[in-house]
Amino acid sequence: MSTREQCQARVKMGKLQRKNTLVAYSFLAPNFLGFAIFTLVPVICAIALSFFEWNGGDISKLKFVGFENYATIFNVKRVSQSGLSYFFNRVDLGIALKNTVYYTAVTVPLTIVCALALAMLLNKIKGAVAFRTIFFFPYVASMVAICVCWSFMLMKDGPINQFLMSVGIPFNKSWTADSGMAMWSIILVSVWRNMGYYMVIYLAALQGVPGELLEAATVDGAGKWKQFIHVTLPQLRPTTFFVSIMMIISCFKIYDVVAIMTDGGPGRSTKMLVTYIYDEAFVKVRYGQASAISMILLIIVLAITIIQFRSEKKFSND
Amino acid sequence: MEQSIRQKAIRRDHPLVGKVVRAVIYVVLIALAVFTLIPFVWMISSSLKLDREVFAYPMKWIPETFRWENYVLIWQRVPLLTYFKNTALVAIAVTLLQTITSSFAAYAFAKLEFRGRDTLFLAYIATIAVPWQAYMLPQFIMMRSMGLYDTLWAMIVLQAFSAFGVFLMRQFYRGIPTELCEAARLDGLSEYGIWARIMLPLSKAAIATLVIFTFVNTWNDYMGPMIYLTRDVNKTVQVGLRRFIQENSSDYHLIMAASLCSLLPVSVVFLCLQKYFIEGIATSGLKG
Repeated sequence: MSTREQCQARVKMGKLQRKNTLVAYSFLAPNFLGFAIFTLVPVICAIALSFFEWNGGDISKLKFVGFENYATIFNVKRVSQSGLSYFFNRVDLGIALKNTVYYTAVTVPLTIVCALALAMLLNKIKGAVAFRTIFFFPYVASMVAICVCWSFMLMKDGPINQFLMSVGIPFNKSWTADSGMAMWSIILVSVWRNMGYYMVIYLAALQGVPGELLEAATVDGAGKWKQFIHVTLPQLRPTTFFVSIMMIISCFKIYDVVAIMTDGGPGRSTKMLVTYIYDEAFVKVRYGQASAISMILLIIVLAITIIQFRSEKKFSND
Repeated sequence: MEQSIRQKAIRRDHPLVGKVVRAVIYVVLIALAVFTLIPFVWMISSSLKLDREVFAYPMKWIPETFRWENYVLIWQRVPLLTYFKNTALVAIAVTLLQTITSSFAAYAFAKLEFRGRDTLFLAYIATIAVPWQAYMLPQFIMMRSMGLYDTLWAMIVLQAFSAFGVFLMRQFYRGIPTELCEAARLDGLSEYGIWARIMLPLSKAAIATLVIFTFVNTWNDYMGPMIYLTRDVNKTVQVGLRRFIQENSSDYHLIMAASLCSLLPVSVVFLCLQKYFIEGIATSGLKG
């Protein structure tokens, strides 16, 4: 082949490649345009907005304030004087963080235990499909309907309190109006709603536990419980890890249940991070501060995601 | 095979124990199923009572007289039909747009070579990790300046282009052998033809998963409509129901009846397509 022919061939290839790229872009364009405008741009703006002061209105009122929004939400002045306990008991952000972490720390393990227990019970049993449908159903049911139903059931004269009374534990208040129980009613609804979802993931993972391992354990004289502790549970470790991460992230984003059942109350006892963002952004219309809180949420969620990425590499290397 | 051998072995060793264990498991499962369904049963029961009967002591699971007229009343008291129409419109539009555009984009990511592919895909993946609540405010400001505030369009574009759909479809397309595409290319099919005639028919299961995920999520979405929709004519079922509850907080029986109505459409969709829903979760393990 002469150099000239080679050259022509290369030009041809180049043209082909360009054509391919164009075709590829035409496939991407419809989704990418929407994605860029409605997701990518706002994400970037969110970071920027946390350094500005703006109460809506005219865009000319936008004022750069540096880290002032962060200083305000952390209430740096008072906290540096009065210490961390002031932050977690008085400052909105501290309370929201404390509540969200508390909610997450209780909900995640509780949901995992319930989901795993359900999956173990349903594993290899007749009629599993019917039960699976029942346990999964709360997950698809509309949030407003189930939350309002639960808060009625947890009312002062509701069926739950009536039942508690009949077994000798009188509780004479609406759960959602009691600062101690409000959080627990949110946890209850969350666990009840999500356990079926994670059960499905565990059921799938259980299919991957090798039968030989269980058999070997039986031969070694291990009972059902020992089999579970020493064989099934370690085999499910990657799933449990994955499920925990997903759940922690979704717990940090909780809003619906709180907004419908307690609206952050009573007082600030169920105020969560997202409830706080919503209040600042859409009730008090302090865009800068709302964005600063959003960044806190973003940093937490990204940190958890990075931990997940790192560990997934570890799992796949094992 | 192994399973059945083991089960036989156990049964041979203890003929009764196996049966007893099984019976106990069923009893526990039934108890748990009852616990799971109780709120729905209570919802049905309360929706057929008078408001003052709902919290009567002792409570009756079966109402003394069934007040079916509650279900007539709510359609007069709440503009449920408008809410249903709005929600159905949004859910269907989002589901269609989402499925078409993301399967389109996923084809490029999975089967075409072009410059910047990996970088672009990384950008998609990265935004899955970013919580929507962190950027909903700039998004809101932007939409408002576009004049989309308090329109159903806002609800549609908000959810129609999610990165999740692209990710899900791409994972599925990667499982389809590339030789199929190459053979089709040799037969003179264009890339669009390959997408339409080969990829699309082969990815029915993935599409079903995406469709049902998107539909259920859109139908049940609460925070989006809460922020964007203010006029009653624009409200979706979730926020409309919420408004009714706030304004008539002691009409317990009507609230329960309306809640039950709001559950029905998704329940039907779920029960019809649950196989795809559950398989989708089991394989992708991802939340929509």
